[in-house]
Amino acid sequence: MAMTMTQKILAAHAGKREVHAGELVMAKLDLVLGNDITTPVAIGEFPKFGRESVFDKEKIALVPDHFAPNKDIKAATQCATMRCFAKAQGIKNYFEVGHDCGVEHALLPEKGLVTAGDCIIGADSHTCTYGAVGAFSTGVGSTDMACGMATGETWFRVPSAIKVTVNGKFRPNVSGKDLILHLIGLIGVDGARYQSLEFAGEGIAELTMDDRFTIANMAIEAGAKNGIFPVDARTLDYLKAHGAKEPVVYAADEDAKYEREVVIDLCELEPTVAFPHLPENTKKIGEIGEIKIDQVVIGSCTNGRIGDMRIAAAIMKGKKVHPDVRCIVIPATQRVWLESMREGLLEIFAEAGCVVSTPTCGPCLGGYMGILAKGEKCVATTNRNFVGRMGHVESEIYLASPAVAAASAIAGKIAAPEEVK
Amino acid sequence: MKAEGKVFKYGDNVDTDVIIPARYLNTPDMKELAKHCMEDIDSSFAAAVKEGDIMVAGKNFGCGSSREHAPASIKAAGVSCVIASTFARIFYRNALNIGLPILECPEAAAAIEAGDTVSVDFETGVIVDLATGAKFRAEPFPPFMQDLIAAGGLGAYMSRRAAE
Repeated sequence: MAMTMTQKILAAHAGKREVHAGELVMAKLDLVLGNDITTPVAIGEFPKFGRESVFDKEKIALVPDHFAPNKDIKAATQCATMRCFAKAQGIKNYFEVGHDCGVEHALLPEKGLVTAGDCIIGADSHTCTYGAVGAFSTGVGSTDMACGMATGETWFRVPSAIKVTVNGKFRPNVSGKDLILHLIGLIGVDGARYQSLEFAGEGIAELTMDDRFTIANMAIEAGAKNGIFPVDARTLDYLKAHGAKEPVVYAADEDAKYEREVVIDLCELEPTVAFPHLPENTKKIGEIGEIKIDQVVIGSCTNGRIGDMRIAAAIMKGKKVHPDVRCIVIPATQRVWLESMREGLLEIFAEAGCVVSTPTCGPCLGGYMGILAKGEKCVATTNRNFVGRMGHVESEIYLASPAVAAASAIAGKIAAPEEVK
Repeated sequence: MKAEGKVFKYGDNVDTDVIIPARYLNTPDMKELAKHCMEDIDSSFAAAVKEGDIMVAGKNFGCGSSREHAPASIKAAGVSCVIASTFARIFYRNALNIGLPILECPEAAAAIEAGDTVSVDFETGVIVDLATGAKFRAEPFPPFMQDLIAAGGLGAYMSRRAAE
């Protein structure tokens, strides 16, 4: 029977020759991830699985990133709970603040911990990011994380899929963020509920790895179980350069069944912005009237990678952030921060009037480092613009690419990159 | 197993950020989190909800963040069951794993009004709106999920499986 790429990976990890959509399978896991919000709950659940130690000390990754560096005493306690568990269990992949830190979904690929063909769960909804390297990877809750840590396996309902065929080339100042926002606008926040988003088409060769990470990262914002890219030379180069373990390459069968197909022509895409309070409320940059803003956030697991920093810095170089705007730049990992420093990007940001933070999820989920007051508007390269997500329930978040965010910071209103040249 | 309670009703795409805002997630204490449950879309919920009450909502309930704190805080607030047109995938999984009964039933979700008293029979999937007498039938859980619920959640289910 013909299978999608996701179905092939699940079949292999369930020890089956084939699986079909809707089937429930028990699958072996290559990596189990948690952060400082979800791991303490998982640690509480862990004893219920009747095991004293984790299934594999090398296949668990614990990342203090959401409220780390610790934002308050309670957050410090949660980080301490995770740190103690990591030490007691001898977990190899614990990433301490400052040493080797970063926002989890930017950090793990950089550390070579995810590879093509892997089956990965993480107690964070954006775990779907690793589909960029051809892994099956999905977000779960803390009890599932505890199950994964204890047993090395968990249950999945095999998903059906939507095929997203990508053709053509991006125009200038358009990137992966615009593609995924456009797609979510097209199919809605539950358009891919319980399904895989499987990307295909000759246009994929045009997408940088950073573009692919951004796109797979936001598959959850269309309700998808996972988003996944075929493995090509660019993927293999990335995996090799980051010391990932040997990839296992799966490809969808030519006659695999899809629920539907969506075709996207890259050359037709424009910079796209998602209006409050759902990621599906998208508008092309040309359709937006004058919207004055109070804050810009450039960072997160969606758009805090080095490619994003370079795009933002190229637009801000030699310019000043609008006097009415606070612009917060957050390189997503220590390595991105260092590369940004060596390339002179941090200086460009600081000279422009941005504040540059250490890696953290911080404001993306309304934790700290840029909370919005009543009535304030923010352009963010993050992934969600729900009510109250970044602060007061009457604040507003506009999701956009690093190029639009940087241009908006200079203009003091939502702006196209061309407007500030 | 049955439930009966007064209905709190919400719309489509209720996300886990409004079910339990992240600013409170610096504690894993679900009783504490229950005090802030639904705060950003219904600031009166936490004070008004009583043990056994029922939540009814539209499509894609629980979308967004994977935080298990969302179903756990609803459960800790005393809610006995959530009925929705559809649930977001991670919320659905989390609710089963922690033992919060949930039912997908678009007809019930559309017809039932806030403040109605509703009874739910989890074995048959029958939902009755006692205010109007209207009866609805939700999709029953697949056998695997019934086993998981009967075992008392994922921990007990996996321990039993390992022993077999």
